[in-house]
Amino acid sequence: MADDVTSPTGESTSSATLTAAGGAGRATARPARPAANERGGRRTDRRMWLEIAVFVTPALAIFAAFVVWPIVKAVQFSLYRWKGYGPLVDFVGLENYTKVLRNEVFQDAVVHNLVIVVLSVAVQLPLGLAVALLLNRRMRFQGLMRTIVFVPYVLAEVIAGVVWAQLLQPKYGIVDSLLTAIGITPPAQGFLGTPEYALMTVLVVLTWKYLGLAVILLLAGLQSVPDELYEAAQLDGATWWQTQRRITVPLLGPTIRMWIFLSMVGSLQLFDMVWILTRGGPANATMTMATFLINEGTKRSNYGIASAASVVLFVIALVVALLYQRLVLARDTAETAVARPRRRTR
Amino acid sequence: MTTTTLDRPTAPAGRPGRRNRRRSAFGEGGPLVYGICLVVAAVTLTPVLVGVLGGFRSNAQLANDPAGLPDPWVWTNYTGVLTDPAFWRYALNSSVIAVVTTLVVVVAGMMAAYPLARYRFPGREAVYLVFVAGLLFPAAVAIIPLFIIITRDLGLGNSWWGVALPQAAFALPMTIVILRPFLMAIPRELEEASLLDGATRIGFFWRILLPLSGPGMVTVGVLAFVGSWNAYLLPLLLLQSDMKTLPLGVADFSTEHSADTAGVFAFTTLAMIPALVFFLAMQKRIVSGLQGAVKG
Repeated sequence: MADDVTSPTGESTSSATLTAAGGAGRATARPARPAANERGGRRTDRRMWLEIAVFVTPALAIFAAFVVWPIVKAVQFSLYRWKGYGPLVDFVGLENYTKVLRNEVFQDAVVHNLVIVVLSVAVQLPLGLAVALLLNRRMRFQGLMRTIVFVPYVLAEVIAGVVWAQLLQPKYGIVDSLLTAIGITPPAQGFLGTPEYALMTVLVVLTWKYLGLAVILLLAGLQSVPDELYEAAQLDGATWWQTQRRITVPLLGPTIRMWIFLSMVGSLQLFDMVWILTRGGPANATMTMATFLINEGTKRSNYGIASAASVVLFVIALVVALLYQRLVLARDTAETAVARPRRRTR
Repeated sequence: MTTTTLDRPTAPAGRPGRRNRRRSAFGEGGPLVYGICLVVAAVTLTPVLVGVLGGFRSNAQLANDPAGLPDPWVWTNYTGVLTDPAFWRYALNSSVIAVVTTLVVVVAGMMAAYPLARYRFPGREAVYLVFVAGLLFPAAVAIIPLFIIITRDLGLGNSWWGVALPQAAFALPMTIVILRPFLMAIPRELEEASLLDGATRIGFFWRILLPLSGPGMVTVGVLAFVGSWNAYLLPLLLLQSDMKTLPLGVADFSTEHSADTAGVFAFTTLAMIPALVFFLAMQKRIVSGLQGAVKG
């Protein structure tokens, strides 16, 4: 599995970074070599390996113990019926997987995750782009506005969630009372308590929370669009709108594609906000893969099932990442290597 | 993801000259622009302000007029939280865990990034890719076994280390991905010169590389701190009672005092403040770190 995992990122790395990076590394390491040989290569060689080992070991040990090993264990647990106590003896093969995949709550959770993936991008991208273009104009309070937009992103998801849960309280929450004031009747159980509205409400809160990230990244992307293009466009008499559509947005492509990737991966493992706002309810209407597996693991102690669900989550995330990498991001790495040699000449 | 980090060391400095020229190409903001900005700011800040002001109201005020202003201003909600030893206990736990996580990430990440950036040895790219692959693991996947490993095998359940170490582990990939190109970008002439002057490679690391890597280390440190301070899932599983962190404290308080909306607002607001102050002070660092990870 480790090999499968390395390949997607490895791909992006190998084509552009590694060539550039490897080149730089080789070049930097070279001067040490002749000196080493003069002094007697063997001893220095051994010394080099010792240094490498000493330097890399702490990080590798922590990473292996708390990231790699738990994932290996997750795969192992998923093959047993296990309540969390006693030895792992009740081997059931793939039974946990069939149970998870046939479980309607889990199926719904996968659908919810995918809805969140798609709608997050579909809503936040145009909004984020609009706000970023707005804040890229010359105006007063520009720095202040950028900070304000970034505030929700800075808050812990849990803390933001608790505030929103209060605002969304049925009847006495500010949202319901404002709607009532303008003549709209909110659902009796509140937006989070009504199955038809709950998921969309969570999405609204997520949009509020994460729009700032999109804006900040897009603003950064805007900084790297060459000014000459705008000057040329102005000379050609292009309107502001044409300029944005023909120059800004296409040149923001790499930033946008990378943000979409982050957004998708985040949406697939969504947990904190949902747990605070709804615990996956009402009637499982906001259940995600992560809330499902935490529910199974902590509330019901079905560690086998929970682990199977986590492996399924991982596989889905991996497939999405791989497909996205192959179909979308590959373009950027190719572009970087060919069309933008500037980056490698440093 | 990694590609882009290559030019990071030059990026954080910013390009003010460029930006200024850019702005002129864009035209001034008219009343419409400011109007839209006002709307955006209102939508963004209203929930936060409602929370802050709600903490200054009584529950009766909140029930009678949810959208009103404090009248009269009630201080007891805030003083109640500030005199609550549990609140300070949570804040201490959050701080210690975040600091330990940050230290472990920066020290271990820096040490690992050095040979991965500046030594040439077989297997170097393989080791690097092992870390890079870590970017792909959703933390939720490992959470159940992590819980078991930490509580049973290591006996670190309900302890600061038990949360800090795994959080550091999950922050390491991003750290190394950011630091490696940063270290690579330090001119090799410096290394040659120091080696000619008789320094060892370790000496070069200590005397030259470390001081030059300050900005990179601050960026990864801030990112690790943010991640640790805001974390919820892992602390939720591992920490009980006195050991809880602020996000857990906020979540608990809001369920235990669900009828006391004003109290919840006060508690939440006070829990927000340290994070907001720190993060706004470090905003540039956070943003440049994110760009390092994302910029296309």
